[in-house]
Amino acid sequence: MPQPPADKNSSTGFDANLLAFTHQLRGEGMAVGTAELLDATAAIGHVAWADRDAVHGALSATLAKSPEDRRIFDIVFDRFFFRAAEQAALDLGEPIAGSKPGDEDAARIDIEKLKQQIAQALRDGSDGSVRDMARLAVAAFGQTQGGSGVVGVDVQRIRRALGLRSEPQPELPAEDPRAAGIPRDRLRLFEQEVRRELERQTIERTRSLPPARPLGDLERGLPTGPAQDLAEIHKVIAQLRRKMATNGQLLRGQKRSNVIDVRKTVRASLQTGGVPVVLKQRPKRPKRPEIFVLCDVSTSVTSSSVFFLSVLHALHDSFRKMRSFVFIERISEVTEVFEKERDFKKISRAITTDAGVADVSGYTDYGRVWSEFLAQIESELHPRATVIVLGDARTNGRPAREDLFAQVAARAGRTFWLNPEPKLYWNYGDSVINAYAEYCIAYECWTAAHLSDFVEALTRPGTPRASQR
Amino acid sequence: MSAGPKTAEDLAAQLTADGYLADTQTALVAWLAIELGKPVLVEGPAGVGKTELAKSLSRVLDRDLIRLQCYEGLDEAKALYEWNYRKQLLRIQAESDGAGWDKVQDDIFGEEFLLERPLLEAITSEEPVVLLVDEIDKTDQEFEAMLLELLSDFQVSVPELGTMTSKSHPVVLLTSNNSRELTEALKRRCLYLWIDYPEAEHELAIIRLKAPELSATVSAKLVELVGEIRALDLKKPPSIAESIDWARALLLLGADSIDSKVFAETMSVIIKHRSDLETVAERVGMKLAGGDAATAS
Repeated sequence: MPQPPADKNSSTGFDANLLAFTHQLRGEGMAVGTAELLDATAAIGHVAWADRDAVHGALSATLAKSPEDRRIFDIVFDRFFFRAAEQAALDLGEPIAGSKPGDEDAARIDIEKLKQQIAQALRDGSDGSVRDMARLAVAAFGQTQGGSGVVGVDVQRIRRALGLRSEPQPELPAEDPRAAGIPRDRLRLFEQEVRRELERQTIERTRSLPPARPLGDLERGLPTGPAQDLAEIHKVIAQLRRKMATNGQLLRGQKRSNVIDVRKTVRASLQTGGVPVVLKQRPKRPKRPEIFVLCDVSTSVTSSSVFFLSVLHALHDSFRKMRSFVFIERISEVTEVFEKERDFKKISRAITTDAGVADVSGYTDYGRVWSEFLAQIESELHPRATVIVLGDARTNGRPAREDLFAQVAARAGRTFWLNPEPKLYWNYGDSVINAYAEYCIAYECWTAAHLSDFVEALTRPGTPRASQR
Repeated sequence: MSAGPKTAEDLAAQLTADGYLADTQTALVAWLAIELGKPVLVEGPAGVGKTELAKSLSRVLDRDLIRLQCYEGLDEAKALYEWNYRKQLLRIQAESDGAGWDKVQDDIFGEEFLLERPLLEAITSEEPVVLLVDEIDKTDQEFEAMLLELLSDFQVSVPELGTMTSKSHPVVLLTSNNSRELTEALKRRCLYLWIDYPEAEHELAIIRLKAPELSATVSAKLVELVGEIRALDLKKPPSIAESIDWARALLLLGADSIDSKVFAETMSVIIKHRSDLETVAERVGMKLAGGDAATAS
């Protein structure tokens, strides 16, 4: 078990470690101020240092102050103190903890029995036994079949080799602990321990620590993968709604100038003998834009666009009017689908199967999309309308026709482009986002934070076009 | 504090004796709050025992509990203090002849004319208290800002009187259902505790504690089912409070097992939305029915 070094006074002691730790937290985007750091130091003084959970608890209570921060904190905490312990062991020249059974031991392990044992321990055992099992599993499968060198791949390979799955496996005999499926959280714990064990072995082999890896985008990005969790999506939506509720209030409060309602003021002045002592102002009404959304639903961006569409529709009461279109090669209106359906899964199905998206080749044809959109909607576009396009701007080599897009943008009041790809990949390959970005404001949109930034910009009164250019 | 807890484990044991099963993190943060004298911001889904924690803490520490229930539009007059203007008027009228203005003015802005509201009461109390600011997320941001002085320095400034510093150090708990983002300034002054739905064993222990007459097998089944239901995508997942209600309902009905029939009858205790009812009946009810058929054959 990784433990912080117990030497308090030396410069390499715990204070320094804590500093380095908070530094890493800041690096991952958490706002950790000096006040928090002082609190953490004070809190650490009140718990047993040798107790990992107590230290973790004390630090998380003082440093990580929202569920999102807590998630990042947990990852960084594990990584940091694991690395600190390994580094200390390396410095002292001691063998890395977690000695594995020798090769002859590995050869003698009965593989089939081991599989059962591990599954049993996962279902019933304590966290400690899971750790032991992870070591055994690495010893049995990590070496004999040769590692791929990539830890993540090896972890999955070992899990598969053990036949561990969360869903029930009816083909196995009933007394097999794997038959009913392994609880998902236990499985995750096991994978984590296997990963740790593999990392430990790598460190032992190379006698040095691999460079610290910043948190992957995967760990923080929007839930867009094929295995996306519906509850997770709804959480993001609920969060956005909350943010918007708070922001709306902020906006109303920040708007300085206002129009005086003469009639009300005069009426109020009657109380004070005709002297307008109290000025009555017109109530401020939040701006409710009219929105046209165009979503690319070709396979590469489906999940993020459907997700995005459902976010917009969940927020539809903030907009006066909203029409949604999906496109691959041609466009098709899906406004009604969203009005009727509330279930995300059904919406996805309806869009991909029944919406009538002409999906001949499955490749996006932006030029054709613009011309069709103009033909259908041109008369309805006006300076107060907002057009939002969500797509990766990958034309598959077909003409981009940015001239048509410019026409759309010229007719609409505001035009946004949301690109679900990280900015790093823009304009590489067949991405022509720059050609379109001339006529609109392009946002990258692959984390919940990006999305909420965008929604904020969308509901902000006034045109951001002037301010951002 | 007669027998104040010495360690976090000590506090956990005392809370358990009081009927509140705290997990290690909860006990640790509560203990740190007492030791460091910092407020705790408790967040988590509805019904996981945030308010209950404060109540239990007040009993364990043998302190009075002062509770401020927040709502939209709550202002300092209702939360902090208010001048008792009726009494002030009476005073002015009683003194109207004779006494000079200055004297009356000094008089009427004395502590005698101050109506203490919960926050000021917590500050001025001679005995240390537990202050619970419930559902802070329901208030406006202005109210949060007003709390800052109280939370960081345990003092309240009354313009006419000056600063009133706390005589005893209260333990402050703020709860939030996370219905809006709290400001950074508030968060910075607090320790943070996230209480989530408990692990299965922990929940089982709670059920056993709150409904001890319910048989062990039924309790275990109940906890398992509730866990399953929480994993579904619901508008309002059942909380601990609802599991306890369910356990008591089963007890009343004298159910000795949870089969699909009992489940269908009592489901409404834990599910509070029509659409949720359908989802749960479809997923969990069917599964139970399948299980029944398998045991019958």
